[in-house]
Amino acid sequence: MRHRLDLRIGPVTFRIGSDWRAPLGELARLYALYPEPDAIADFTVRLEAERIWRRWIRPSVGIRGDYILPDASPLALRHGLLAAEMAMNLQLALGQRSFLLLHAATVERDGKALLMTGESGAGKSTLAALLGERGWRLMGDEFALVDLDTLALHPFPRAISLKNEAISLFADAPPERLGPLLENTPKGRIRHLRPGADAIARMDEPAPLAAILFPRFGRDFERAMRPVGAAEVFVRLTQASTNYIALGERGFETLTGLVAAAPAWGIDYSDTDTAVALVEEVSR
Amino acid sequence: MLLDGLTVLYHRPSGMTHILVTPAPQILAALDDRPADSDELLRRIGERFEIESEDAAEAVAARLAELEAAGLVRRA
Amino acid sequence: MRDSHPLARLLADPASAERVRDWTSIFSMARAQSLLGSLAWRLEGQDLPDKAAVILAVARRDHDTARTQSLWEAEMARRALAPLGVPIVLLKGTAYAAAALDAGQGRSIGDLDILVPREALGEVQAALLAAGWEWVKEDEYDDLYYRRWMHELPPLIHKERDRMIDVHHTILPLTARLKPDAAALIEDSFILQSGLRILSPPDMVVHSAAHLFADGDMAGGLRNLWDIDRLVRQFSMEPDFWNRLRERARRHQLEAATSRALRLATHLYGTPVEARLAGPRPALDMFFERRLLARNGWGQATRPILRFAFYVRSHWLRMPPLMLARHLWTKWRRPKKPVSHV
Repeated sequence: MRHRLDLRIGPVTFRIGSDWRAPLGELARLYALYPEPDAIADFTVRLEAERIWRRWIRPSVGIRGDYILPDASPLALRHGLLAAEMAMNLQLALGQRSFLLLHAATVERDGKALLMTGESGAGKSTLAALLGERGWRLMGDEFALVDLDTLALHPFPRAISLKNEAISLFADAPPERLGPLLENTPKGRIRHLRPGADAIARMDEPAPLAAILFPRFGRDFERAMRPVGAAEVFVRLTQASTNYIALGERGFETLTGLVAAAPAWGIDYSDTDTAVALVEEVSR
Repeated sequence: MLLDGLTVLYHRPSGMTHILVTPAPQILAALDDRPADSDELLRRIGERFEIESEDAAEAVAARLAELEAAGLVRRA
Repeated sequence: MRDSHPLARLLADPASAERVRDWTSIFSMARAQSLLGSLAWRLEGQDLPDKAAVILAVARRDHDTARTQSLWEAEMARRALAPLGVPIVLLKGTAYAAAALDAGQGRSIGDLDILVPREALGEVQAALLAAGWEWVKEDEYDDLYYRRWMHELPPLIHKERDRMIDVHHTILPLTARLKPDAAALIEDSFILQSGLRILSPPDMVVHSAAHLFADGDMAGGLRNLWDIDRLVRQFSMEPDFWNRLRERARRHQLEAATSRALRLATHLYGTPVEARLAGPRPALDMFFERRLLARNGWGQATRPILRFAFYVRSHWLRMPPLMLARHLWTKWRRPKKPVSHV
């Protein structure tokens, strides 16, 4: 591959190859403050031209790597940054076996972690990002990594993917923390936000799980908070995990341990301030 | 493992996780590697556990069929 | 790394691990060649950089879980088919794992492959459908293609467990030029404690060679060749193995494939083989070898022209030319359907 960038996010090092320089340049700028990657990468990502001529003619970026989804559609070159992010997500989702992987956002304060998981569109990513600006340490906005022995959560503070309306919430962020505005992507408008300095500096500090949240967002939702039973939590977390089955008995022990140890709450809200307030309430 | 009234079970030979509701866990416990037919099973369950239900026989038969389809029990 | 030579060398000579400088490339290549598990087993106990050792330990653990799940799938098939009283012969990875062969150590296992007598196909199909399996391909032409010309039923997938089973009735397509003796394969099979069967050792080697050289375009062939190395090393300890291998290869019309497999295995992996059966190395071997090694350190497939040549060859092997032309024509004319599964 013509161009290469290695990146470490939490315990995972990616070797990223690309047929074009531009996406890697944008990636390097976005991840500027991140620590030295490991000499041996955990996963390899490849941003490849689907056909030789596609490198130059209406260039489109194929998402490939150690793990591949055969029918994944390529993205336009101007969305190369998004392609890189999707490719990294894919490697984790399909190949991660050192940790239990959950689709969830995680934040930490006073040495205790909150896990936020649930349906897409509930705004967990945005909520986590906001909390990260309001005194919480952002550990991750998309993936939670659970230690198979200690059940602690390991940070994976990748650049946050802000979508559509959420982008305006961070318009005041310092420009060096923001990636380019990507319009007309398959997921709408996207802008990446680099986590704060604290999140990056402490990306090797795990934290024990204190509570599990199932946030629900709806324009006409009444503010609400209710406990969720352990069995339901268990089922929902298996659905939120891409590697639960592949981890076998260790996955079972880790997940049951997690569910037995931490209380769970469903929170409903119709605006972000209410969401933040609910999180504060839960953490008391 | 018991979570909230339901039994969560990891089945080692298959690597599959099952969530079982009464009387399924009781059926598994009563079978305990000693084969039995439906009637015998009902008797054993009645002896060891308190399951009160008029259609106990029906429930046991239905859960037994599900357990077989899931691979947790098989015909001797 | 331009091709998979470094990976082959590492498998052949684990002690050479101390000279590896680019583990990232080795791992990407191993994943692309489905050899990470095998590599993990092979390098156990070697002095490795910490992170490499961890990655391989995780791979070993991952393989163990996958192996358990594959053997369970075989057991569920056995339960569904036992009442028929028909011999069920496990093939490939599942067989190696079920019989605890060296070839099974770390071996990645895909679908469940079984071999049954051709006469029993109808009842086997019925029993599987009744026990929760359903058809994967929906296209009528594909269905016809499988049934009339191929050596297997169209693929089946289990509704609840989401795992595929391939039911074979011989080891090469019916339309292929070569005609292995399926009945003999079943007749000589060994029975395991579970009641499931595996091919006899020489048949296992012949089948592996057939699968590698006489059926398919050799993608993932390096793993297949490693199977052959492991099988031959283990089985050749039995007296008279080479004579029986020669006999069976002849019986199944697969002498060419078997000899080539032995030559390439000894060339890439140092497998001890009987010189007479392997035969002298022709120029053509080089092309086969290059095809097997056509993955680079980024995990990319290389040598597109060579790969295309083998792709064409794989179709030519399966069908007489006229039939092939008709088959390709029909496929081309069909409206494109979106692929819906991984």
